[in-house]
Amino acid sequence: MRKVYLDHAATTPVHPKVLEAMLPYFSGKFGNPSNLHDMGREAKNAIDEARGKTAALINAKPEEIHFTSSGSEANNFALKGLAQAYSQKGKHIIVSQIEHFSILHPAKTLEKSGFTVTAVPTDKTGLVDPRDVAKAITKDTIFVSIMHANNEIGTIQQIEEIAKITKEKGVLFHTDAVASVGWVPVDVQALGVDALSLSGHQFYGPKGSAALFLRKGVRIKPQIEGGVQEEGRRAGTENVPAIVGLGKAAELAAAEVRNRVSYLTALRDRLQKGLAEKIDHIVINGHPSRRLPNNLNVSMWFVEGESMLLFLNMAGISVSSGSACTSRSLKSSHVLTCIGTDAAVANGTLLMTLGMGNTDEDIDYVIEKLPPIVKRLREMSPLYEDMIKQEQVR
Amino acid sequence: MEQYSSKVMEHFAQPHNVGEIENADGVGTVGNPVCGDVMRLYIKVDNNRITDAKFKTFGCGAAIATSSMVTDLVKGKTIDEALKISNAAVAEALGGLPKVKMHCSVLAEEALKSALDDYYKKKGLTSPVRMPAESGHEHEME
Repeated sequence: MRKVYLDHAATTPVHPKVLEAMLPYFSGKFGNPSNLHDMGREAKNAIDEARGKTAALINAKPEEIHFTSSGSEANNFALKGLAQAYSQKGKHIIVSQIEHFSILHPAKTLEKSGFTVTAVPTDKTGLVDPRDVAKAITKDTIFVSIMHANNEIGTIQQIEEIAKITKEKGVLFHTDAVASVGWVPVDVQALGVDALSLSGHQFYGPKGSAALFLRKGVRIKPQIEGGVQEEGRRAGTENVPAIVGLGKAAELAAAEVRNRVSYLTALRDRLQKGLAEKIDHIVINGHPSRRLPNNLNVSMWFVEGESMLLFLNMAGISVSSGSACTSRSLKSSHVLTCIGTDAAVANGTLLMTLGMGNTDEDIDYVIEKLPPIVKRLREMSPLYEDMIKQEQVR
Repeated sequence: MEQYSSKVMEHFAQPHNVGEIENADGVGTVGNPVCGDVMRLYIKVDNNRITDAKFKTFGCGAAIATSSMVTDLVKGKTIDEALKISNAAVAEALGGLPKVKMHCSVLAEEALKSALDDYYKKKGLTSPVRMPAESGHEHEME
C-alpha cells in the first residue's frame, strides 16, 4: 500500500545529510563544549559552526542565536524572559488570538503575576490588522509577540508592517517563526523583529533542537539557571548532536528554500484544486495567497475530522484533524474559532501539510481516496440527511 | 490519546445497522454538532420487542462504533430489557473505550433512551424513560 505522509506541521523526518552530520557527536566526538581540553574544543567548534549556519539562515549574527530544547521552550523563554527583564519599563504585552499555546499559556501565567495581556483578533483569513496592534500599544507596553505563520491555517502575517509600528513606538517585537522557518525565506533584518523562535524538527532537523534569536542589545531573564552556556542565558550542557543537526538543517534550508516554495506551492495547489473539484460543501481555511506553501487546511460540512483521519490512515495517508473530538478538551481549534469558522463545520477539518518527499502521484492518490471517504461518512451523517431534506422542501 | 481497541476499529470500519427505518416506531436524535457528535437512532417495535434498529451518526471513530454496538445490542430485546442497556455495557462490548471517548458511549445510551421515549410518546403512553444523569457533553477543562 502507498504511504503518504501529509503531516509535516507535526514533524518532519530528519534529512539523511542531517543524520550523517549528527552521528559522530553521539559517541566518538562526545565532549562537553564547556571543557578546555581537545574533546571539549571539538564539541565547542561543532556548536559554533551550527550557530553560524542557524544565524545565516535567518540573516542574524551567530551571537544572537540561543539554542533551546524546543520551539515551545524558545517561546516560553521569550515571553517570560522579556517580560521579567523589562518589568521596570512596563507591565503590558500584546499577542494575537491565534498564537500557539506555547505563547498563549505563558501569557496567561504572566497575567497571574501582574502583567496585562491584550490578544488582538484576526480577520476571516487569519490576518492581524497592524492598526489593531498600533491601537493596543500603550505607554506600559513592553513587547508584542505575533507569529510569523500560523501552524494550523498557514496564514503569513504582515510582520514588516507590525515591526514598523513597534519600532516607532519603542516596544520590542518577538515572532514565533516555528511554522515558517525552512519553508519560506525568513530574514530578521527584513522582518525587523527583535526576537524570533525557530525549531529544527519542523524543517528536517532533529527533535530537541530549536533556537531563540535575540537581537544584540535586547535583554532577557534566564529561565534555566546554573550554568554559563549560551552566554549565561540558558544553562544546561548543550545537546551537541541535536545542535549540529539543526545547523545542518539550516544550511540545507538556506540553499533550497526558494526551490521548496515553488515545488510545494505547485503540489499543494494540485491537492487543493483536486479536492475542491470532487467534494462539495468544502471550505479552504487561511489566506488565499499569504499562506505557507505546504499548508492545506480544509473543513468539510456534515462530516467529522477524526473519522476522516482514521479512514485515511487505513489507506496509508497520515494527516491531522482539527476536530473537537480528537482534542482532550472537546473544543475545536482556537484558530478556527478566531477566524469565524462555524463550530460544527470546524469539527470536519483536516490539516494536510506537505513536504519535499511528496510527489504528484502521492497527491493524486489522496485526491482519489478522500472523496469516497467523505461520501461514505456523509451517507452515515444525520446532519447531511437533514440538509438534503431541507433542500427538498425548498 | 489512547488507541482504540480492535473491536472499536472493527465497528468503525464496518459499522452494523447504518441507515434509516421508514415509519420507525421510535426515533431519537441526541448530541450537538458543536461538540463533534450527533446520533440518530431508529427502532422498529413488534409486540413489545425491538425487531430492528438502525442509526445515522456524525462523529468520531468512537461515536460511530458505539452507535453500531448499541444497535446490535438492542435488536431482539424487549423494551424493558432495552431500557436497562447502559453506556458501560456498550463500552464493555467494544472492549473498552479511551477515557476521553467515554462520552460517546453515554451518547449511545442517550440515543437509545431517546428513541424509546419517542416510542412511548407515539403510542400515547406515559414514558418511563429517564435520561442518563451524566451528560454526554460535559467538557473537560483544558
